[in-house]
Amino acid sequence: MSRGPTVIMPRWVLLPAALGALFILLPIVALLTRVDLEQLPSLLSSPSALAALWLSLRTALLSTVLCVILGVPLALMLAQFRFPGSGALRTLILLPLVLPPVIGGIALLTTFGRQGLLGQSLEILGVQVAFSTAAVVLAQTFVSLPFMVIAVEAAIRGVQKEVVEAAVVDGAGPTQLLRSIVLPLIIPGLASGVVLAFARSLGEFGATIAFAGSLQGVTRTLPLEIYLQRETDPDAAVALSVLLILVAVVVIGITRPRSAPDALR
Amino acid sequence: MRSSAGLLAAALLILPGCASAPSADGQGTEEEASAAQVTVFAAASLDEVVTAVADDYEAASGVDVEISSAGSAGLLAQLQQGAPADVFIPADEQTMERAASAELISPPARRIATNTLVIAVPDGNPAQIRSLQDLDTSPGGDSGSSPALVVCAEQVPCGAAAVQAADAAGVTLSPVSEELAVTDVLGKVSSAEADAGLVYSTDVLRAGDQVDSVEIEGAEAHPNRYPAAVLQDSAQPAAAREFIDFLLSEAGQRTLREAGFSPGDPE
Repeated sequence: MSRGPTVIMPRWVLLPAALGALFILLPIVALLTRVDLEQLPSLLSSPSALAALWLSLRTALLSTVLCVILGVPLALMLAQFRFPGSGALRTLILLPLVLPPVIGGIALLTTFGRQGLLGQSLEILGVQVAFSTAAVVLAQTFVSLPFMVIAVEAAIRGVQKEVVEAAVVDGAGPTQLLRSIVLPLIIPGLASGVVLAFARSLGEFGATIAFAGSLQGVTRTLPLEIYLQRETDPDAAVALSVLLILVAVVVIGITRPRSAPDALR
Repeated sequence: MRSSAGLLAAALLILPGCASAPSADGQGTEEEASAAQVTVFAAASLDEVVTAVADDYEAASGVDVEISSAGSAGLLAQLQQGAPADVFIPADEQTMERAASAELISPPARRIATNTLVIAVPDGNPAQIRSLQDLDTSPGGDSGSSPALVVCAEQVPCGAAAVQAADAAGVTLSPVSEELAVTDVLGKVSSAEADAGLVYSTDVLRAGDQVDSVEIEGAEAHPNRYPAAVLQDSAQPAAAREFIDFLLSEAGQRTLREAGFSPGDPE
């Protein structure tokens, strides 16, 4: 992937750019001004808040791992193989990106629910997905997987043909090629995918409420807890929102430097 | 990284949000001079029935009625942030009391309808639930195989009503989920994901064929009351009061009754 010439940018671009930045930053600043600092420690250390945070971190981590396990092979397939209908398949796999999450939740319900497509078979196996933490992880994985696929697929397409060809000439087999050439080269893309998938999982609301339910410590993740607190205790909702923002900033902060393409050069 | 699919996704995610920008200053001074318009903030469970009453009222009076419906607490939060409205009809009296103590309404609040809690079960009642006692999970309770019960969270009016009903009957409930809204409870019941849910009788009527209801003994003693009041900042207080009068009129009460509500307090 070669860099094009530096684009000469007209100055006026800065005005809409500044507006765009303000549009994102202003609401976040406004939210921060609403935080009751005196109450913050007690609001954040309530049993329900801690249970929601712990559940959110656990489930988001698990679904990110699932996204890596399923998403990387999926990205490899989409980037490397051409078969009839591969274009359509790609579109369908990316569908959760544009679907309202609540539709994803309903779709999961009709698949893994008790009356769902696989529900009966799962019940025979003794597996009850409904109202369990596993349902939360499934919902998060469903909405996050396309982010991983897009990030990794772009990275695979960015691997230079010459590098791969040279390795083949040197006698590398497909698995060896994947392990020692392709995977190391796509690590920045993979890191982006991990951040996006984790962040998306952490913020998941619609699919979770439609599919998993809401019970403290079992299925009520931080976004659900925030929505519920908003009903009676807006201060607690604001405090929890700030907590979620902090977690998101930390996640982006940890992963971002390595995932920025420029940092590699 | 910046793939076209990603951009398309971002664009599609943003577009619906742009289309529904709320008009914060909808009550322009020029509009006031012409046709009267009344904005009603109504609890989600009242959406359809109040819309039907409003249609009749519009036909009879020529006043334009706009209805904005959401969860009661969410509506209250909007009002506290200065959302322009003329009439407030939350799903319970506690929410109206909070609006009154925040000096958002002009008393009195008048009861337009009542509703009772029932047990919603999937079509055919697969778990054979006949009473609230069948859902009891206390050591001496009836519930052998513990059917999957879904209720509203206590912070939501229907959840507070569920707790009250359980206390009154002396049973212990162990729900598998405490949902954020009554519609979420109905969704879990109509998909048969849950064996039972505690909702209002009108919610079962709205849910159609997929949901049956089982009465809770003694629930009529603790009905849920829907109060209506004119808002202090209403630009149309007279028209707002007339709309509440219409809700309590014979025609208004008939529409409410047809939707399964019990009568309010006509004066």
